[in-house]
Amino acid sequence: MEDEIVDYEKYVYKQVASVQFSVISPKLIKKVATTKIVTPELYDKEGYPVDGGLMDTRLGVIDPGLKCRTCGAKLKECIGHFGYIELARPIIHIKFIDIILNIIKSTCHECGKVLIPKNKMTYYFKILETIELEQGIDTRRQKIKEIIASLKTTSKCPHCKAKQHKITLEKPTTVVEGEKRISPIEIRARLEKIPDEDCEIFGLNPLHARPEWMVLTVLPIPPVTMRPSITLESGERSEDDLTHKLGDIVRINQRLFENINAGAPEIIIEDLWDLLQYHITTYFDNNIAQVPPARHRSGQPLKTLTERIKSKDGRIRHNLAGKRTNFSARTVISPDPMIRLNEVGIPQEIAMKLTIPEKVHPWNIAYLKQFVQKGAETYPGANYIVRPDGKRKKITEETKEQFLEEVQPGYAIERHLMDGDISIFNRQPSLHRMSMMCHRIKILPYKTFRLNPAVCHPYNADFDGDEMNLHIPQTEEARAEAEVLMEVQTQLISPRYGLSVIGCVQDSISGNYILTKYFTQLTRSEAVDLLSSVGITEFSRLPNRKTVTGKDVFSCMLPEDFSFVGKSRSKEVDGSNEVVIVNGKLEKGVIDRSNLGEGSGLLLRNLHKKYGPDKTLQIINNIFRLGIKTLLKRGFSVGIGDSDLEVKGKEKVTNILKKVDMDVQKLIENYKQGELEAFPGRTILETLELKILEQLNNARNESGSIATEATEDSTGTRIMVESGARGNIINIAQMAACVGQQALRGRRIGIGYSGRTLSCFKRGDLTPTARGFVSNSFKSGMTPSEFFFGSMTGRDSLMDTALRTPKSGYLYRRLANAMQDLRVEYDGTVRDASRKIVQFSYGEDGIDVAKSEKGVINIKKIIESVM
Amino acid sequence: MDPIIKEYKDKLPEKVLAEIEANIPARISQTKLREIMELTVVEYGRMKVEAGESVGLVSAESIGEPGTQMTLNTFHFAGVAEMNVTVGLPRIIEILDGRKEIKTPMMEIYLRKPYSSGKDIKQIAANIKETTLVDIIAEISITVSELVLEVTFNEAKLKEFSVTASSVAKLLQKSVGSFTITVDGLRLVLKPKTKDLKNLNELYRIKEKIKETFIAGIKGIKQVLPVKREEEFIVITAGSNLKDVLKLEFVDEERTTTNDVFEIASVLGVEAGRQALINEVFKVIENQGLNVDIRHIMLVADAMCAGGVIRGITRTGVVSEKSSVLARASFETPIKHVINASLIGEVDYLTSVVENVMINQPVPVGTGMAGLMVKPGSVEKK
Repeated sequence: MEDEIVDYEKYVYKQVASVQFSVISPKLIKKVATTKIVTPELYDKEGYPVDGGLMDTRLGVIDPGLKCRTCGAKLKECIGHFGYIELARPIIHIKFIDIILNIIKSTCHECGKVLIPKNKMTYYFKILETIELEQGIDTRRQKIKEIIASLKTTSKCPHCKAKQHKITLEKPTTVVEGEKRISPIEIRARLEKIPDEDCEIFGLNPLHARPEWMVLTVLPIPPVTMRPSITLESGERSEDDLTHKLGDIVRINQRLFENINAGAPEIIIEDLWDLLQYHITTYFDNNIAQVPPARHRSGQPLKTLTERIKSKDGRIRHNLAGKRTNFSARTVISPDPMIRLNEVGIPQEIAMKLTIPEKVHPWNIAYLKQFVQKGAETYPGANYIVRPDGKRKKITEETKEQFLEEVQPGYAIERHLMDGDISIFNRQPSLHRMSMMCHRIKILPYKTFRLNPAVCHPYNADFDGDEMNLHIPQTEEARAEAEVLMEVQTQLISPRYGLSVIGCVQDSISGNYILTKYFTQLTRSEAVDLLSSVGITEFSRLPNRKTVTGKDVFSCMLPEDFSFVGKSRSKEVDGSNEVVIVNGKLEKGVIDRSNLGEGSGLLLRNLHKKYGPDKTLQIINNIFRLGIKTLLKRGFSVGIGDSDLEVKGKEKVTNILKKVDMDVQKLIENYKQGELEAFPGRTILETLELKILEQLNNARNESGSIATEATEDSTGTRIMVESGARGNIINIAQMAACVGQQALRGRRIGIGYSGRTLSCFKRGDLTPTARGFVSNSFKSGMTPSEFFFGSMTGRDSLMDTALRTPKSGYLYRRLANAMQDLRVEYDGTVRDASRKIVQFSYGEDGIDVAKSEKGVINIKKIIESVM
Repeated sequence: MDPIIKEYKDKLPEKVLAEIEANIPARISQTKLREIMELTVVEYGRMKVEAGESVGLVSAESIGEPGTQMTLNTFHFAGVAEMNVTVGLPRIIEILDGRKEIKTPMMEIYLRKPYSSGKDIKQIAANIKETTLVDIIAEISITVSELVLEVTFNEAKLKEFSVTASSVAKLLQKSVGSFTITVDGLRLVLKPKTKDLKNLNELYRIKEKIKETFIAGIKGIKQVLPVKREEEFIVITAGSNLKDVLKLEFVDEERTTTNDVFEIASVLGVEAGRQALINEVFKVIENQGLNVDIRHIMLVADAMCAGGVIRGITRTGVVSEKSSVLARASFETPIKHVINASLIGEVDYLTSVVENVMINQPVPVGTGMAGLMVKPGSVEKK
């Protein structure tokens, strides 16, 4: 143990407490710099970096062989060091031009003081402070100008009585006083004159931002590690955009120096000065209005500092707020109903690539040596051993024996994944916290991830080619958090609405529905067979009779002291829709989606409350398997015959369609004769449209209900609809009776400018057929025009989805960004990062939705339990 | 309220107490009631949020996630005869953006007792509607030769809005000062005072301008629709002007409302604005058949209103209020934030989430919030 403490104390754990922002002063630039850059050359003839060049090895190294001359470290160890260049003439920093102009305009060019009389200073200062508090720094600066304008002393300095001139900005960086241009030297001189107190008026903190620092006299050169060159296949070096830009700057700067020293004419110096200004401006930002962007020889604009930081692919959002990770895998997912809900099936191939580091202790050394013994090629083996000093060594056939001897406590073995290991499973878009849950690993053959179909809903996954990601936490802490906070059973109850997000789906619902509704005469052996295939071996709960019902079998899934009263969506054979469970026995009712499905019903929620997450998961798991096994036993299929109507039904449907056609005809007739009365606020034509639409929808609904009546009860399709496993009545109606009106934006298909929907109709035709009413069913087949109308609505809904996704994505990003630091404090208040109170009690009552029942306390149940 | 229930005033939220009160049987023994109360307290304790819970993000997720399922259709018909309303995602975006001008402002005007019975409901509605000159005239024409404008009224309409030609003339005089207006029965003749108005275009411009002259009703109410809602008649309007509508004597000012959140906030205060915000968002989400707990919407509304005015969830709104430079920079316009921060010499104390993600430190929410109060040196001594 002694050793271990020493081991830990080797590392110094430091935490960043705060980050200070300030304008860098020339002094500081020189202080942090290691190198003065004097030549635009990069490499000498041998290809080594030139001293005093932009790739100077004192700025850090990017070549594998070289050592940094500042810190002596090698590539990847040295993070790089800044250098600087001395500018021949001051240059205005483009990002500060606005504030420079503001200051120059508001201060006296002689004495440097703000153009506000002394006696009024404190008064205005206060006003400005409040403005900044309320409306931000930009408004404050605006206001200074306004105040000075309103003082009417603009033409004369109130302190030294010097005459003031009008100052304007010629974009982007030229400041003009009256007619004359003020050079950056002059600007800098003026800014220097401003006393510290006056800086504060502008909201500047003179300690961190003296105004003259905004005019550059020295320019910091970023380390080479920040602008690495890449070696192309041809062996040629391709430099980073920033290096290119800096090369330009250094070159022009040197030329400027030379010209000044040689006493060149003013015009030449001015030209070079402007050119230097241009290069430094584009070095900071290559996207400024009125400045042509600097380009590569190929014509593609350079990506300079601002572009590197900005936007989605910039440093902040791409690298700082979003990180990449090792120990992850991604592949196609496929379903496996027999896998447990909190498991994920992993191909062995992946299990042998991803590893878990296990620390060697005296009591597990033998166990871990087995992995080393097996090596990296056989499963379950190990890929690396980690020495106490942190060096990772790959285990190969050759090194295996040696490592086996070497391993001792303090080492770590990176072993292959095994059943029961912790992993984090994720599917994008990760819209809510259930999009990333912790699953136990289960090694399976083949090459896809396998998951239980019941957990598809929280991930919003299906198996039409979806891929998902898997992460292996590498530290004990991470695994503990994942297991305790993220495992599937802990996420059962959605924090969005307080109900179960995981429930039975698809076949398992149909299965349980059939089991509890139609299976009334199961022989005991059949029941036992079913139960044992689910994994239940305790048969004593089956009633001691020769034949049992499906309900009895289902009851075996429930805990013995569980009682529940609820409603189901489908009806019992006798017409009631009550579900009654008394002491773990399903007395009455059919089990369907309203009780088993996700996001609905309180059956799962009550189970969760009474028995906790682990047991609930187990129960869902069992019920799920029971459903599947029931279907396997019974057999289940759908066919086109499911939507056959009996002769009477068919007739009824045709009659309804005929009738509605006539009704609409009548309406049109009325309209044409001007007998139709308009609804308030609508034109007559609109009224007609509304009335027709209503008629047609009624017809569709009516024929739909007839279709459901006229199809057979026990067909696969009907069972799916009734149980809620898949599909709805409209689907049946559209298959069996009539597809119905195709609506675009809430109206019938419009006639456009041509006066008709398709060229096979007469102009101005208002009849249902001509305006998108599909009277055929999917089974009977559609006419070409009907099919076309269907495609129109299909396209419309595709568009809707395509347009909606980015919109809602942006809304979500904004919400998440604005609210991410709100949290509940120990006193129960909700506060933001600056500890301002947003709510005194979360949601007015402090109830956590994920722990509530649909967001409330179930008072009635409490009262019932007491009475 | 039952004295026993009262005792629990500090232990349970009011809503829960009220619900218990409403649900207990009329005759209940003291012990049983106490048992109920105790059980509820235990239950309530179990449901309370844990300290450190990142409720903000959970709320954002809970509203953002169903956003993908909402419809984009801006308009739809709410019933047969009602007016168009912005619904679905566009409406949510509109509300959360904190837009001052909303796409379809709407009011639901409830009426006081005698008026709500439906008698004269059409007349009441018509009184509320903004009436401009076009609504009451039969014709408006320009006589080119004399350079005059002639307005002919519709007599029935004049009566309907109980105005006379001369009273309208007075109103018109205000907007077109440079004309002399003479009343001639049902006709008004507008003559330029000075003859220098030779430009015919100018006359046409004036003609269009006076059409918009406000005559009667309430400004901003573009359309009215009397609707029967559960035994009483209310007026639904397109266009909104809460302040003026509330002044009307026949309006029930307690129930009358508008869908313009800012208007409510400016007339009735932020707290009302907050409630309106919650109601509006909840209405949309419910309308779409989605299931989101009201607490999430409340938190969003509270975050928007915490500053005393309604701020949108945008870079100029709520996000700009953040204390952390890095957090603001990570949202939008990073350069601007960094530059401004450098000028003030701002310090980021890394108290929120993103900054700590940026520098690879534990985030101060949830399990990252707990700290260990032990000095590293003191372990060794033992």
